Order: sequence, then C-alpha cells, then structure tokens
Amino acid sequence: MSSVAPADQAVSPPPPEKPAPGRALPVNLRQSGIYIAFALIVALFAVLTSGQLLSPQNISNIIVQNSYILILSIGMILIIIGGHIDLSVGSVVAVTGAIAAVLMVEHHVPWPLAVLLTILAGAAIGAWQGYWIAYFEIPAFIVTLAGMLVFRALTLTVLGNQGIGPFPDDVRTIANGFLSGYLGNIGLGPLGGADLFTLLVALALVGGYVGFGWRNRQGRIGYGQKVEPLTVFALKYALGVVVVMFMAVQLARFKNMPWVLVLLGVLVLGSTLVMNRAVFGRHVYALGGNPLAAKLSGIKVKSVSFWLFVNMGVLSAIAGIVFAGRLNQAGPTAGNMFELDAIAAAFIGGAAVQGGVGKVVGAITGGLIMGVINNGMSLLGAPSERVMLIKGLVLLAAVAFDIWAKRRTGTAR
Amino acid sequence: MTEAILRMRGITKTFPAVKALQDVNLEVRRGEIHAICGENGAGKSTLMKVLSGVYPHGDYSGGIEFEGEPCRFSGIRDSEQRGIVIIHQELALSPYLSIAENIYLGNERRGRLGLIDWNRTNADAAKLLERVGLHENPVTPAMDLGVGKQQLVEIAKALSKRVKLLILDEPTAALNDADSAHLLDLLRGLRDEGITCVIISHKLNEIRAIADSTTILRDGRTIETLDMAGEVSEDRIISGMVGRDLDNRFPDRVPDIGAEVLRIEDWTVHSPTQHGRVVVDRAALTLRRGEVVGLAGLMGAGRTELAMSVFGRSYGTGITGRIYKDGKEISVRTVTDAIRHGLAYATEDRKTYGLNLIEDVKRNVSAAGLRGLAKAGWVDDNREYEVAEWFRKEMNIKAPSVLSVTGQLSGGNQQKVVLSKWIFTDADVLILDEPTRGIDVGAKYEIYSIINRMADQGRAVLVISSELPELIGLCDRLYAMAGGRITGEVSRADATPERLMQHMTQTEESTA
Repeated sequence: MSSVAPADQAVSPPPPEKPAPGRALPVNLRQSGIYIAFALIVALFAVLTSGQLLSPQNISNIIVQNSYILILSIGMILIIIGGHIDLSVGSVVAVTGAIAAVLMVEHHVPWPLAVLLTILAGAAIGAWQGYWIAYFEIPAFIVTLAGMLVFRALTLTVLGNQGIGPFPDDVRTIANGFLSGYLGNIGLGPLGGADLFTLLVALALVGGYVGFGWRNRQGRIGYGQKVEPLTVFALKYALGVVVVMFMAVQLARFKNMPWVLVLLGVLVLGSTLVMNRAVFGRHVYALGGNPLAAKLSGIKVKSVSFWLFVNMGVLSAIAGIVFAGRLNQAGPTAGNMFELDAIAAAFIGGAAVQGGVGKVVGAITGGLIMGVINNGMSLLGAPSERVMLIKGLVLLAAVAFDIWAKRRTGTAR
Repeated sequence: MTEAILRMRGITKTFPAVKALQDVNLEVRRGEIHAICGENGAGKSTLMKVLSGVYPHGDYSGGIEFEGEPCRFSGIRDSEQRGIVIIHQELALSPYLSIAENIYLGNERRGRLGLIDWNRTNADAAKLLERVGLHENPVTPAMDLGVGKQQLVEIAKALSKRVKLLILDEPTAALNDADSAHLLDLLRGLRDEGITCVIISHKLNEIRAIADSTTILRDGRTIETLDMAGEVSEDRIISGMVGRDLDNRFPDRVPDIGAEVLRIEDWTVHSPTQHGRVVVDRAALTLRRGEVVGLAGLMGAGRTELAMSVFGRSYGTGITGRIYKDGKEISVRTVTDAIRHGLAYATEDRKTYGLNLIEDVKRNVSAAGLRGLAKAGWVDDNREYEVAEWFRKEMNIKAPSVLSVTGQLSGGNQQKVVLSKWIFTDADVLILDEPTRGIDVGAKYEIYSIINRMADQGRAVLVISSELPELIGLCDRLYAMAGGRITGEVSRADATPERLMQHMTQTEESTA
C-alpha cells in the first residue's frame, strides 16, 4: 500500500502529510552494501594473511590475474542491466585468443593490425549473436548457450587441437607487463623507492575524481536539487582518495603501473560515462526495467539489444588477447567457465536478476571480491574445492541480501 | 435475514509508520450484498486481507466474529475452511490449465490411490459452470477465456469451496458493460441462494444497483454504513468518500476548437495472432486542435487496437490506410516516427506498457523525450532534473521527490507521470487509453483537469474509456466503435448513454 496521499486539493482539502513507510534499511545501504562487504573481505584476509594480501607485489598480482574477468564483467553487467544474459563469453575469449595467435604467430601479421582484426572478429561474433537475440527474438540464454558450443568448436578447429604460441613481446607486455618508469624513482622514506610516474598519474586521477564530484555537486546545487551534506561528501571522497592512493603507492613500490590496469581504467571510465550520461546507456536501463514500456516510448529496443552484444563481443576479444598474452599461448581450453565468473561478478556487484538495475563499478567490485577471495585463500593454502565453495556461497548471499533489502524497502515487484 | 453473519470490531492495522486501518467496524448481515467503497488508499483491500487471513491473527488488533464465533485465522486456508473466499482484483487463474483444473486447483477431486479423478473433476466443474452461467467446456484452457469469463471461473472456484461469504475486490474493473451486468445478475442469484457477498467497487452506479447496504471507508476509518433500501444518490456516496460535497465531477471548460490536426482514413488492421481476422475495419476519424474527442466501445470493439496501430504500428499486421497530419499525408511505421510527428499514446495498462516501475520519476518522465535533453548523445542530467521537477509541480505529482521510485506511487500519480512523459515529447495529438482506470475519484478530477489544460494549449486529445458518463462529461465529440468499425459520431449536445450504447452494439446482431 502506498503512503502517497491520493486526495486532490481541487476536490477535498489537502490531507495531512503522511510519513513515508518505515524503512528499517536506508536506501543507501543497499547501494553501498557491496563496497562495505568488499572492505570487510579485504580486511579479513589482510588480517588472516598478516598483511601479505596488501603487499605491493600481491596487489599487482590480484589486478593482473583478474584483469580478463573484470573486462568481461563490464560487458556482462551491461547485458544483464538490459535484461539479457551471455553464456558464451568463455568460448568467445578462447576463439578470439586463437584468432590472435594464428594471425600473429602463424601468419606473422604485425601485432597492432592483428589486435585490430581480432577485435573486429569479436564484434562480428557479437553481431551474430545480437542478430538472433534482437531481431529474431530468440532468448539470449538459448542463443549464447548455442554460441558457447559453436565458438568452442571453432576454437578447436582454428587451433587444430593444440596450443599456439609464443606471442610477440609487445602483446605479452600489455597482458602481463608494466609501464616503464618514465620519470624514475622517488624515495618515500621508510617505504623505500617508488615509481614517480605512477604516483603522478594516481594524483591526477584523484584530483580529477574530486574535482568532477565537486563540480557535479555545485551543478546540482545550482539547479536547486538536494545534495548530501558537505561532511558526508567530504568523508566519501576522502575515503576514495585514501584507497586509490594506498593502491598507487603499493603499486609504485613494486614495479610500475600494470598495463592492464590502464586498459581497465579506460574501459571502466568510458562505460560508466556511457551508462550514466549517454542516451544509449539510459536506453539500456529502460530496456531492462520494462521492455514493453521502453518500446512504446520510442526506444529502438532491438537496436539497443544488438549493440549490447556487439559490445560484449569486442570486450570478449580484448579479454581473449589479454588472456592469451598472459599465458603466452592460445589453448583449446582457454576461457573455460569465464562466463560464470563474469556473471557472478555482475550479480555480486548488485545487478538485479530481472534486469534494469546495476552499475559498472559494482560489477568490478564484485569481480574484485571474488579475486580477493581466490587470492587470499590461496595465500592461506586453502584447497581449490574450498575456494569454490566459498565463492558459491558468497554469490548466493549477495543475491539473497539484494532481494531481502528490496522486500524491506517495499520495492520488490 | 437481519442476523449478522460477520462482525468486525475495532480493527486497527499498522504498517511501519502508517496506520492503514484505525478502529474500523464492519457488520454484514446474512444473505445481503454489502458494498465497501472509499478512495484508493482508504483501507478497503487491507480490511479484506485482515478478514481473509492474509494478515494473520496477531498482526492486527480488534476482533472478528463470523457466524457468532470469534475467528483467529492464521492464513487463507483457515478462512476458506470457514467459508470465507476472496477473489482478488488481479485474477489468479493459471493460463495453461483447463477451467476444471483451475477450479479444483489445490482442492483436487481424487479417486483411487490418491490420483486425480478426471471424470469427476470435469463433471463437477460442468455443474458449477452451469450455476454461474458460463457456457464453456470445462477442458478449455483458461487463457482462451476473456476477462469476464475468467471472473466467472473464479466465482465457480469459490462455489466449489462451499462459500458462505464471498468477497470480490473490484470485480467489474476490467469488464465491459454486458459482462458487468451478467456478473451483477449472478451475484443477485447467489444472494437468493443464501450466499453473502462483500463487494469492493469504484463504480457507484453498480453499488446503487446491487448493494443492500454500503460501508464507506476514508483514510483507514469507517465513516458510515448506508442502508441502500432508501434512495441513496451517487453524490451522497461520493461526499462520504471524499469528505465533502462534490458539486461537479467534471471541471468546466469552454472549448476553443481550431483546425484539423489529425485525420485517419480507411484504416484496416488484421490480428497478429488469428490469421485473417479483421480487428479494425476501414475506420476513419478526425481530430482538431483544442478538442477532446471520445472513443466509446465495448470490450473487443477494437479501440485500443485502432489507437496502437496508428501509434507507429505497435499492434497488428496487414495495416492499410492513410494518416494525415495538418492536412499532409504522413508515414508512421515505427513508434519513433509517431513521436517525431507529434503523436503520443498513453496505454490502458500503465504498469505493463507505460512505466519502468523500478526507475525513478525523473527517468520515467524523460523516457520518451530523452533526445530533447541530449547533445550529441549525452544527456544533460541537471536539465533533466529541472524538467522532471517542473512536471512534478505542474501536474501535482505527489511524490517526495522526482528521485522517488515510480512503483511506490499511487495509481493516480503514476498516471500523471505517464501524462508528463508524453507532454514532454511536445506531442500535439494525445491518445489516452482508459486514462482513469483504477484511479480514485479525487485523482480522476485532477486527470480531467490535465486533459482540459492540454486541449486549451491547442493539442488534440482522443480519450478511450469504458465509462460512458466520463466520456460524455469530458468530450466535445464522441465516436462509437463496434466490431472494428466506427459506427457513430455524436456531438456533446446529443450524447446520452443510451444513444452511444445503441451505436456501440450496432453490429452485434449482424456479425454475431
């Protein structure tokens, strides 16, 4: 029952304002719950591993080891927000890795051109699946289940059932390597030497982050919108700055910034901007929230679905190249079960099962939660079956929490 | 006959921070039809949920006495065992199961080994169908039935449970006049068989026609119980519901009608599901600036189908005909085309087709006109907020802020969000399909005022409605549809319900 007073001044005197239905849980907690959970998990493993988890080298490891899953989870969250699903990404990672390997290793195509061609192949694969889903109106679950088999089969055909490698050094650097220290090292007192360039980039990012947030806030005030109190704003941004700077210092102390982190940063920023500010992003949310209403509002729902899958194909190809480059070989079993990790990342990160809800940063956080669990437990020497068990339970708990929170706030449908 | 079958005393039900019911009393006599009315949010449905055990004993305070014995229901099964059955507004039939299977769902006729005895199931179901006057084979799947017939199946289901007190929540909300009349007749028949009925309804003429007594709720309290044996006018009931006299249910307007803005000619639409069936047959109509035009018709007459097929071919196949905008023929092949040509269509089912319920008010308002807020594909967030805020004030949308989730608003306020969305596209032809369905009296008046305001701004408004008094009170000119054809055009001065109904039933004999 809604608490919004139904009567009208024109007919009856205005009724007294009724308070909103009680919320045991502030709306904020539902949105920020994932970040709090992430912080708790990191703290837990930091204690259990006596700080090893947050050591310079380990932070770098977590990022590089999970980069391809994180890249996939960006595409996956967009697809899930749009109300679809993609089960084929693992196979697409494998087939695009294989294509890249054949081009670079067997045909000696210059690597930039080979990367470009591989990305185009990924786009074509996405377009193929997008066509059946958007224009032929077959559920994405079925189309991508078929794609999972088809692209795995193509991988085996392209590779001839064997691994192909090694990759050119440049590709391996992108997947596995670090930026060269352009500006040399700087002493940080007791922390030892650190890469100056990495620190400067981090400072610039932090500056941009705070500046952008401030401008946004001022803009809202200018339009007479309600904004959070200055203390909350300051606290939130201070926390973000501390976390980013801590990571940057640790990375700078180890080697430099990993190339994949740069790549990831660009992809996350770009997709966040598109989802929040671009007409296309809005249309994705509208499509997932209510496809029928979206269609009757003049949104070209078929085209939106189609491009979502093209985007997924491109990101799968990028992940395929990174993964193959990291292993220095394209193998027939590459990317096995990646789709499940990417889907889990999206749902842990707060995507709604029925679509229409979710954030790119949430999916990245979800992916990092799984990455930290993986990494932390292997540091503790836990067997892999226990890691799997914990990851499964975390996924279930995350979705259960989301549904519970929705019931509490009365927004469940 | 005057003994009370049900007494509810001092019922108070609190939701976190909201008192939904406060010290409500209800007394229903055995064998009567008792109507409950009140605005949306007055507490009618909550009261019925307390009665039927949806809110179990202990969840509310106060006492319930049924047939002289106190009741402490802990769930629906308890209340059904005592013979209290509730039929909800949203019908709950399983579409792929047969009528008979639906009737005995959860209460299956069993034979040997506990297996279902299909012969007995179907034979018993057939008897029940005869009792409710539904001439259908019991093995027909429920999805093949119209809403009216589904309602009858629900009643048959209730009868199968040996119902003593039947509660119907807005039973005729989705029915056309003929089906409503049949349903009301059936309820009278059940009353004569000794079954007591409690009926929640917004339709005051029905209450006057059928109820023996009426209890009015307002803001979670009992206002009064009227004995309907005397002459009780609709305005008398309305004044009880809204708390003051309602001198005028329709706002005044002096129409200022300008040039023709939209003309449809020779418009024919075929059914997308039934091959070869003509749903709209050579329809023609014109709309002029500043004019509110009504489109009347019984269910299945093709009104929604006509509107949606014009709106970018959102319905139907094999569409032929011509559309003229400001005298020039236009091609409207997609919804995007329609919006570009200044057409808007607000659906009859706003929850399914009109709104993104999990999204906030702001994004729903901007959904159709987002391009107008964007430069090179990037949306101006702050402008969007400003626009939504403007509509919130202008349309009197009662929401704490434009960032409130649309699904939490009341029906009337959701409808205002839908109207805002279309006004923001700057449409000059608005097609409003059942704009006041499921909206309480007070909010209806607001919607009427908005419609008038849109006409005064020089837009043309086409209103589709199943309520004839609404059409007659609101429109400058009326079309009637029957069997897919426009069967009549009537000016406001000549419009009477009888005359419209004549047109609306015109082809029934010739095509049936």
